[in-house]
Amino acid sequence: MTHNNQATVHAPVHRDDVGSKMGMWLFLFTELLLFGGMFLIYAVYRFQFPDQFKVAAMELNVTVGALNTVILLTSSLTVALAIGAIQKKNKFLSIIFLAVTIVFALAFMINKFFEWSAKIEHGIYPGSEYLLGKSNGEILFYGLYYVMTGLHGLHVIIGVVILSVILVMIMKGSINHENYIKLENSGLYWHLVDLIWIFLFPLFYLLQ
Amino acid sequence: MSESKHHITGYGTYVLVWLGLLALTSLTVTVAGIDLGNFTLFVALTIAAIKSALVINIFMHIKFDEPIFKFFLLVSGATLFVIFALTFVDYSFR
Repeated sequence: MTHNNQATVHAPVHRDDVGSKMGMWLFLFTELLLFGGMFLIYAVYRFQFPDQFKVAAMELNVTVGALNTVILLTSSLTVALAIGAIQKKNKFLSIIFLAVTIVFALAFMINKFFEWSAKIEHGIYPGSEYLLGKSNGEILFYGLYYVMTGLHGLHVIIGVVILSVILVMIMKGSINHENYIKLENSGLYWHLVDLIWIFLFPLFYLLQ
Repeated sequence: MSESKHHITGYGTYVLVWLGLLALTSLTVTVAGIDLGNFTLFVALTIAAIKSALVINIFMHIKFDEPIFKFFLLVSGATLFVIFALTFVDYSFR
C-alpha cells in the first residue's frame, strides 16, 4: 500500500526512450530498403551498360557534387553537436547548432536546384528529345539520377521541416536536457540522409 | 532505463570524426581521377563503407547504444546483402 502511494506521489510521466529510439531505427530500416531497391536497379544496369554509364556521368559536375558532400557531412556534425550541447545543458549552443544544420540543408537544396536547372537547360531530363537520342545506358543513367537524387532531395526537404519543428520545441523548452529523445531521433533521420548521399556521390559523380 | 549510464560524446570526438569524413571525401575524389580499371568501383565503395561506419558508430551513436540496435542493424544489413546477392546470382546465370 505504502509503495503504491509513493508511486503516485512521484508519478513521473511515463517515457520509454529506448522504445522510441527502437521505433525510429525500424523506420530507418524501411528507408534503407526503399533506397536499397533503387541501388539494386542501379547496380544491375551499371553492369549491363558499364561504358554508357561512364559517358553519361561525364556530364555531371564533380565539384558541385563534392561541395554538396561537404555540406551534408558538416550538417551531420552540427546536428550531432546540437545533441551533445543539450546533454551538457547548454540550450543556447544547441539552438545555434541546430539552426546551422538547417542552413546547411537549405544550402544543399539551393545547390541541387542550380545543378538540376543547368542539366534541364542542356536538355538533359527524362523524356527529352536530346536524351532520347542517346544510348539506352545513358537514358537509364539519367532516369536513375533524377529519381534517386530527387527522392534524396525530398528527404532533405522533410528533414528541414522536422528539424525546424524540433528547433521551436527546444526554444520553448519542451525539449530539454532531461528529455531530448525527439532531437536524437530527428538527428538519426538526418544522419540517414547523409549516409545515402555518401553512396550516391561516388556512384553518380565519380565514374571515370 | 537508468539515465546515468547515458553515454555523452564530447565535441572533440565529433569534430575528429568530421575531419576524418572530409579527408575520406577528398581521397575518394582524388582516387576517382586515377584509372584503376575494375578496381575503381571497389575502391569507391570501400571508402563509402568506411565513411558510413564512422557516421553510424559515432554520429548515430550505435557504438554506445544497447546491443539490440546493433542486432537490428545487422539484420537489415544482412537482408540487403541477401537481396543483392540473389539478384546478381540470377543476373549472371541468365
